[in-house]
Amino acid sequence: MITIILALILSPLLLGFVNQTKAFFAGRVGVPFTQLYFDLFKLFKKDFVYSKTTTWVFRAGPIVNISAALIILFFLPLSVMSFKGDIILVMYLLGLMRFFTIVAALDTGSAFEGMGAAREVLYAIFAEIVVFTSLIALVYLTQSLSLAEIFGKISPYHWTHYGPTLGLISFVLLVILLLENCRIPFDDPNTHLELTMIHEVMVLDHGSFDFGLIQYASSLKLWIWCSMLAHVLLPISSIWSNVVGIFLISILVGIVESTMARFKLIRIPQVLLACFALSILSLFLMR
Amino acid sequence: MIYKTKISQIPLLPLGALKNELVKKEKRLSALFFHPADRHLYVVCSDDEKGELSLVKTPIETYRYESLTPAYPAAHLFEREILETHQIVPENHPWPKPVRYLKDLIGDTNFYRIEGLESHEVAVGPVHAGVIEPGHFRFQCHGETVYHLEISLGYQHRGIEKKLIGGPSLRTLPYMETLAGDTSIGHAWAFCKNIESLSNVVVGERENLLRAIMLELERLANHTGDMGALAGDVGFLPTLSYCGRLRGDYLNMSAFICGSRFGRGMLKPGGVSFDLSLDQIKELELKLDNVFKDTKGAINVLWHSNMVLNRFEGTGVITQKEARDLGFVGMVARSTGLNLDVRKNFDHGDLYNDLSIAVCDSGDVFARATLRWLEMKNSYTFIKSALNKLKKAPPLNPIKPGPLESDSLAVSLVEGWRGEICHVNITNSVGMFSTYKVIDPSFHNWTALALSLRNQEISDFPLCNKSFNLSYCGHDL
Repeated sequence: MITIILALILSPLLLGFVNQTKAFFAGRVGVPFTQLYFDLFKLFKKDFVYSKTTTWVFRAGPIVNISAALIILFFLPLSVMSFKGDIILVMYLLGLMRFFTIVAALDTGSAFEGMGAAREVLYAIFAEIVVFTSLIALVYLTQSLSLAEIFGKISPYHWTHYGPTLGLISFVLLVILLLENCRIPFDDPNTHLELTMIHEVMVLDHGSFDFGLIQYASSLKLWIWCSMLAHVLLPISSIWSNVVGIFLISILVGIVESTMARFKLIRIPQVLLACFALSILSLFLMR
Repeated sequence: MIYKTKISQIPLLPLGALKNELVKKEKRLSALFFHPADRHLYVVCSDDEKGELSLVKTPIETYRYESLTPAYPAAHLFEREILETHQIVPENHPWPKPVRYLKDLIGDTNFYRIEGLESHEVAVGPVHAGVIEPGHFRFQCHGETVYHLEISLGYQHRGIEKKLIGGPSLRTLPYMETLAGDTSIGHAWAFCKNIESLSNVVVGERENLLRAIMLELERLANHTGDMGALAGDVGFLPTLSYCGRLRGDYLNMSAFICGSRFGRGMLKPGGVSFDLSLDQIKELELKLDNVFKDTKGAINVLWHSNMVLNRFEGTGVITQKEARDLGFVGMVARSTGLNLDVRKNFDHGDLYNDLSIAVCDSGDVFARATLRWLEMKNSYTFIKSALNKLKKAPPLNPIKPGPLESDSLAVSLVEGWRGEICHVNITNSVGMFSTYKVIDPSFHNWTALALSLRNQEISDFPLCNKSFNLSYCGHDL
């Protein structure tokens, strides 16, 4: 239970860590750690405005997003729920979040949002196959089928015996984390240039409370991915070490963003295919 | 560069002969405009190899004439501008529509279109997400690929050329300094040269050195800002963060000399408003060395990042043929290997003896970024040597220009940081402006941006756009 409460309270802080790391590298003071809390507070106070051309699909987008993110929290390691094969459910809840973001974007009929949606779908196709191949390796390693067990069971023993496999898997998961959470080098959450956006352009028409939900859902999503990766990198089955791991990973994300440029959009599928190759390789390395 | 003549001495050519001359001699068009007082088309051509300007005029009796564009594409935008301001129709022009939308023409959305179920159109602007000037961009796309980009400007049209008629007045210089806000020195210098030649004033060495130093500081500031913005557009934060600050440092050096970060109020016809004492020169040298050292660091990080180079190389290519045919100037032309630079190609006495000109040949974003960095290094070396010369130069000798010669025409060229700035001034019988034509380098070069986007990914547009960084208000006037 405490895992869920921590995620709900602390997830907006993650973005603060990413931004402070970037500010540190740039020699700036940077926005406060708690900026997203202020933003959310501001957005939740605002009234709704909807375009007349949109339908219920547009309104459903943010609600489905936040609901799916909340459900996933229950399945995280050291959380409350778990059943055999829930890993599939979790991955497709993430898929559902994406699907509703996309259809909500298409619902506006804007040329920009259609462009963003097309990009998102293309990269999602490649990302899905990468995620599942790396999960196969983890399932095999831990001999379990639920999210909580797969990530909860990884121990220093696995690192000493299957080091190369886990190393590759961690790298692949980090790449997927960056892609799924729209970070540099795949997407630039801070850009103002609509034509280069992937995820941000799809939520351009959302405002006020809805946008607050989207922001909160994406901070939860970042928390979820960081949590999974933290369990692999810091294989100690304790809530607090996991939280420390999560924040360390957010700093790592900040460092990546401060030192890398964005890929050309056309290169992203190539990068993802390379990751696919790496996760296949990790399967072979287990023998 | 300055060229002066009496109107009556300008050779008269019929339209057909003019067309042949333009096509045959492959001349570069610096200005083409209509002078309503005598109903003639005036053509200013530059010969960059010989460093000469040539001028011809052609009578236009009716409201129609045979367009030059089909044979000589560089004229396309000039002819559209003449159509817009004087309602003179260039017949057989492939796309005769106004350049800037005047009040009664706003709403003309006759854009080029690609038809088909799979093609789509993306419209961006005129209001943009960043704090930039207004302009409308229309992309004809197939998926991510852009087949055609049409750029529609005019939202910054202030009617400056119209207001200049009857000048010079006290308002003229401030207008010049704000023609394009980031090119204050460039335009002010072109204006001052123009007035000085028509009033037969010769400015001294010290004045010229100070003007040239200001112009290079303007170049340094803008190039630094652009390098930062290019890094920002590919999401490379280190260079972006530092260049923003460094640009301000260069602007502050302009302020150190004349009190304005953009160099406003520094130049005036007949001389300059502020001098540098020996101590000030030493202080400026120190500042420049420090800031340039930091700039070097900030920009070299960029060249060491493979990801950045991967984004820059092969993006937004302009070929040399396009640059030559369509008359691109300045950095854009130099990035395709054309050796076009007013500072070196045209006569400036021995002012620019110490300056070297950089040229790249790949014509892509990488070439334009590299060229910026090379030009910054050249400007730095030039300012250092100019400051040295300034220590020994004779004191300022302010001259107040007298009345202008009547019935004359003067052309002045200055290499602003974007490229060739051309001011053409025709005086009437009492020595007042009867036509004052301003050609900002952006006027030539916007077409280059449109061409560079063909067969590119639409997501590379911001990067391409920034690599040109053209002026909206300089184009719209």
